[in-house]
Amino acid sequence: MTRALLALIARDLRLSGRVGGSGALSLVFFLMIVALVPFALGPDLNLLSRIGPAILWLSAVLATLIGLDRLFQADEEDGSLDLMTAAPVPLELVVLGKVTAHWLTTGLPLALAAPLFGLLVALDGTAMGATALTLLAGTPALSFIGAVGAALTASIRRGGLILAVLVLPLMIPTLIFGVSAAQAASGGTVPFLVPLAVLAALTLIAAVVGTLAAAAALRWPE
Amino acid sequence: MRLSVDNLACRRSGRRIFANLSFALGPGDALAVTGRNGAGKSSLLAILSGRLRPDAGRVAVADVGEASLPECLHAVGHRDGLKSSLTAGENLLFAQRLLGAPRLAPREALERLGLGHAHDLPVAYLSAGQRRRVALARLLVCARPLWLLDEPTAALDTASQAVLADLMAGHRAGGGLVIAATHQALGLAGAAELRIEGAAAVQEVDVLEEWA
Repeated sequence: MTRALLALIARDLRLSGRVGGSGALSLVFFLMIVALVPFALGPDLNLLSRIGPAILWLSAVLATLIGLDRLFQADEEDGSLDLMTAAPVPLELVVLGKVTAHWLTTGLPLALAAPLFGLLVALDGTAMGATALTLLAGTPALSFIGAVGAALTASIRRGGLILAVLVLPLMIPTLIFGVSAAQAASGGTVPFLVPLAVLAALTLIAAVVGTLAAAAALRWPE
Repeated sequence: MRLSVDNLACRRSGRRIFANLSFALGPGDALAVTGRNGAGKSSLLAILSGRLRPDAGRVAVADVGEASLPECLHAVGHRDGLKSSLTAGENLLFAQRLLGAPRLAPREALERLGLGHAHDLPVAYLSAGQRRRVALARLLVCARPLWLLDEPTAALDTASQAVLADLMAGHRAGGGLVIAATHQALGLAGAAELRIEGAAAVQEVDVLEEWA
C-alpha cells in the first residue's frame, strides 16, 4: 500500500519536471503577481510592508489554482485514472498521493520562496518568517480543497472556470486566517499562535474532508 | 478465477444499449465480444472494469479471495493510460508498483513484445502501434487473472498480432481469462463468441456449454 502511494507521488513529481509538466508554473505565476504589485501601488514602503503578507497569500491562492484543473483531468483523459481505480489500494489513497505530489510542486516551493519574494514587498525579517510559516501550514489546505473541485470537473473539458468558481469560496477561510496569522506576527492585538492554530486546524480538516470528497467525486460513475 | 454475468443491461444517456446479457467464464476461457460500431462492446468492458454502472443485472466473481473485480483485471483499451513524457520503462514500472503482483521486469516485458529498445524512450516518441504494444506489455509486468482487451489489435502489425495471440494463449494455459472486444479474428482458439446486436444480445455458445 505504501509502495503504491510512493510510486504515485514519485510519478507525479517526475511528470511535473518533464516536458509539458507544470513544475515551475505556479512559482513563476506567484513571482509575477508579487513583482507587479509594487509597480501598481507605487514605492510606498510602509504601505507595501503593511499589506505584504496579504499580497503573498493572495498570490499563493491564485498560483495554486493555476494548473489545478489538470490534477485529475490529465489522468482521466489518457486512462491513467482507470489504472489507478484498478489498483489494490483505496481511491482515497490515490487522491492523497496525488494531492501530496501537487503540494510538493506548488505549495511547498511557494512557502520556501516566500521570504525571498517578501523582499519585493518590503517585509522585515519577522514578517518574512511568519508569512513563510503560515504558507507552509496553510497551502496544504488549498491543495486539498482544490482537489475536490478538480475531481468534480475531471471529466469536463475546459473545466477550469467551474473549478475556480467552486473552490475559491472554500479557500477564503484559509486565506483569512493565513493573512491574520502572518500579520499578527508583526504586531497587533492577537497573539501569533491563535490564528496559526486555526490555520493548522483548517489544513487538517481539509486533508480529511478533501480526500474523502475527491475520491467520492472520482468514483461517481457515469 | 470464475466470472459470471447475469442479465446485464446497459443504459447510456437514457438510451438502452443492450439488455439480457449473460455469460460465464472459468479458468482458461476466452470470450470474443463482437458487434457493429456502437453496439456496446466497450460499454460492456467498462461495466466489467467498474467504470460504468450497469442498468440491471449483476457481475460476480469467484475463486479470487477478497479481491474485487477491478483488482483482478487488466484493461487495455483506446485510452492506454501511458504518460507521453515518461519513458516506456517508467510507465511500466509505475504500473507494476501501483498494481502490485509483479511478474516480469519492465525491460523483459517490452522485449517479449519486441520493444526492448524503447525502454528508455519517452512514449511520446513512439508510433501508435508501439504505444499499443507498451500498453500490452503492462499485461506482463503484473499478474492478474482477467484480461479485458478493447480492440487489442488496433494499430498492430501482423507480427505483433501473432505475439499477442501467443501471449493470450499462454495466459489462458496458466488458467487466465481473456475477454476481447474485436472486429478481427484474434487467434483465440476455442473462444466463445458473444455478439451484441442492437438492444438485444444474442449469444452463441460453444465452449461455455462444456464447462457449465
